[in-house]
Amino acid sequence: MMKDSASRLSLWLLLTPFLLWILLLVLVPHLQMLRVSFQVRESWDTLVWGFDQYQNFFTESYYWRTFVRTGVMSLFTTFLTLIIAFPIAWYIARLARGRARGLLFLACLIPFWASELVRTYGWMILLRESGLISSWLQLLGLADAPVEMLYNDVAVIIGLVYNGLLFMVVPLVTTLDGMDENLVEAGYDLGGGHLTVMREVVVPWAMPGIVSGCIVVFMLTLGSYLTPILMGGKDSAWFTQQIFTQFITRFNWEQGAALGVLLLFLSSVIVWIGLRLSGQSLRKVMG
Amino acid sequence: MTSHSDLSCTGLVRRFSGHTAVDHVSLDVPAGTFFSILGPSGCGKTTLLRLLAGFDKPDEGDIHIRGQRMNDVPPNHRPVNMVFQHLALFPTMSVGENIGYGLKRQKVPAAERQKRIVQVLEQVGLPDLAGRNPQQLSGGQRQRVALARCLVLKPTLLLLDEPLGALDLKLREQMKVELKHLQKAFGTTFVYITHDQSEAMVMSDQVAVMRNGRFDQVAPPEVLYRQPETPFVAGFVGDNNRLRGDLVSVEGELADIRLDDGSRVRGRIACEGLEPGSRVDLFVRPESLVLAGEAINPGYTGMDARIRTTLFDGANSRVEAEAAGQTVYARLPQDGSAPRLGENAAVRLAWDPILARVFEAAT
Repeated sequence: MMKDSASRLSLWLLLTPFLLWILLLVLVPHLQMLRVSFQVRESWDTLVWGFDQYQNFFTESYYWRTFVRTGVMSLFTTFLTLIIAFPIAWYIARLARGRARGLLFLACLIPFWASELVRTYGWMILLRESGLISSWLQLLGLADAPVEMLYNDVAVIIGLVYNGLLFMVVPLVTTLDGMDENLVEAGYDLGGGHLTVMREVVVPWAMPGIVSGCIVVFMLTLGSYLTPILMGGKDSAWFTQQIFTQFITRFNWEQGAALGVLLLFLSSVIVWIGLRLSGQSLRKVMG
Repeated sequence: MTSHSDLSCTGLVRRFSGHTAVDHVSLDVPAGTFFSILGPSGCGKTTLLRLLAGFDKPDEGDIHIRGQRMNDVPPNHRPVNMVFQHLALFPTMSVGENIGYGLKRQKVPAAERQKRIVQVLEQVGLPDLAGRNPQQLSGGQRQRVALARCLVLKPTLLLLDEPLGALDLKLREQMKVELKHLQKAFGTTFVYITHDQSEAMVMSDQVAVMRNGRFDQVAPPEVLYRQPETPFVAGFVGDNNRLRGDLVSVEGELADIRLDDGSRVRGRIACEGLEPGSRVDLFVRPESLVLAGEAINPGYTGMDARIRTTLFDGANSRVEAEAAGQTVYARLPQDGSAPRLGENAAVRLAWDPILARVFEAAT
C-alpha cells in the first residue's frame, strides 16, 4: 500500500514538468488566443463576442491571398525538400560506410550550429546583387550587369528548403537504414525495373519516414518568419508576417489572434489530409 | 527430347580485393533437376549464386541459361528467380500482392493474375492466405510464400540461398522433403546452396561440393557419399573417421598402411600417384566399422581400440573409441546385438578394406 502510493507520487513528480510545459506554454496560450480572436473591441473599454476578425480575413483579399500563398508555397517547399533529401538519405543509409557515413551526417548537421539568422544572411551574401554568384556570373561573362537574385519567391524557397533539409534527411535515413538490402534485390529479381522497385518496394517501406519528415518540414516552413522576411521581396509576403504586424505594429491583438488560429487550423488540416492520403497514422509516423 | 541443360557455366571467376571468391567454376545443370552446391561458410557459394541471379558480374567466364548468354543481362530480365536466405517478402504487401508483384511486371492482366495467385497458393499448400500479411504467418508458411512468389513466374531456374536456415530442426526436416516434392511437381530446375550436407543429400539429384571457390566434386549424393574423390569431400559429407599413417605397399587397388602406433590396416586407394613411404589418410565410415567379438570376415582388416564411451542416439547410436592415438567412432548395430561395452574395454575394430578410402595426406 505504502509502496503503491510512493510510486504514484514519483510518477506525478516526474510528469509535473511535462504537464506544466503543455499546460502553460501550449494549452493556455492557445485557448487564450482562441478567446481573444472572438472578442470584438467596440470602444477602448468595451468588448463583445463576435466574428468580426474572421470576417475581416475573408473580406480583405490581402489576408486570405497571403494565407493561400503561404500554404501552397509551404507544400511546394516540403515536396522539393523531400525530392532533394531522398537521394542524400539513400546515399547515407545504403551506400556510405563507416567514416564517410558519419562525416556526411555531420555535413548535414553543421549548418544548424549557426542560427537561422546567420544561415539566412549567408544565402543573402551569395544571392544579392553585389553578392558572390552575381560577381562570378559577371566574371565569366554570363551577365553584363549585376544580377539580383534575392527578394523573390525562388530565393525564399531556396532558403526554406535549406532550413528544412536536415529534418527530412534524419527520419529518411532512419527508415531506409532498417531496410533489408535483399528487399531491393528481390524487387529486381522478380522483374522490376528501377522505377518499379522505387515505387513498389522502397517508397512504401520508407513511408513512415517520408510522412514524418514532411510533417516536420511543413510545420517549420509554414511557421517560419525570418527567411521569408529577409529573402522575400515586397510581393512575397508570408502569413506569419501578417500575424506579427497585427500583434506588434498595429497592436490589434484580436485580429492577430484570429490569424494565428487560422494558421493553426490550416497546418492541422493539411497534416491530417497528408496522413489520410498516405495511409499512415500519427502514432506509426512518430514511432 | 534430348537432355539439354538449363544452366551451364564455364570458367566463372569472381575476385574481390585480395581473394578469389569463385575460382574457375564450371557447371552444367540438366533441365528439371535439383542441383545443390554444398560447402562450408565462406567457400564462395553465395557469391556464385549472386552471379547466377545477376546481382554481381563475373570477372571471367560465361553464364548460359537455356543456351543464352546471361553475363550482361540485368537481374530483372533473367529467367531466374531467387528465394533469399531471409526470404525478403515485401512487408508492405499482403501475401497475394507479394505473389502478384512479379506477375504485374510481366503484364499479366488482373483477372488472370488473381487466378494464378490462387492456384499457386494451393499448390504450395496455403489456400485462402492471400489476404494476410507476411508478418502474420509462421516461419514455414512464409517459406512457402517465398517459393510461390518465384514459382508463379515459371522461371527457368530457381535459386535458393539456404532458405531453411532460419527454421527450427523439426520444421527443417519437414520442409526438406516438401521442397523436393515441390520441385518434382513444378518440374522447375532448382539450384540450392547450403552448408548443411543432410539438406543437400536428401533433396538433390546432383551435389557440387565447393571449397575455396572451387568445386571439389560434382556427383549424385550416393556417389558423393560412397566414392568421395578428395579428402575434403570424404571428411565433409557424412560422418567419417580419419586415420593417418604411412603407405607401406600397394597391391592392386588396395593399400597397406602402417598407422602411427605401428598397427597395419588396409584400404582402397582413391587417388593417383601414391608411392610407398608417403603420408596417407585413410577414411572409413562409422557404419563400416565392425566391433570384433562378432565373427570377423577373413578378408577384413582391423585394429585394436579402447572404448571411451557409448553415445546412445536411437538408430544412430555410436561408440567413441581410441585407436592408434586417434578418436574413432563406430556405429552400433541397430538390432541391439552389440555386446555391453564398458569404459576402457579393449575391442577390435574391423572393416572391409574396399569400403575405406585412402588419400594422400593433406598437409
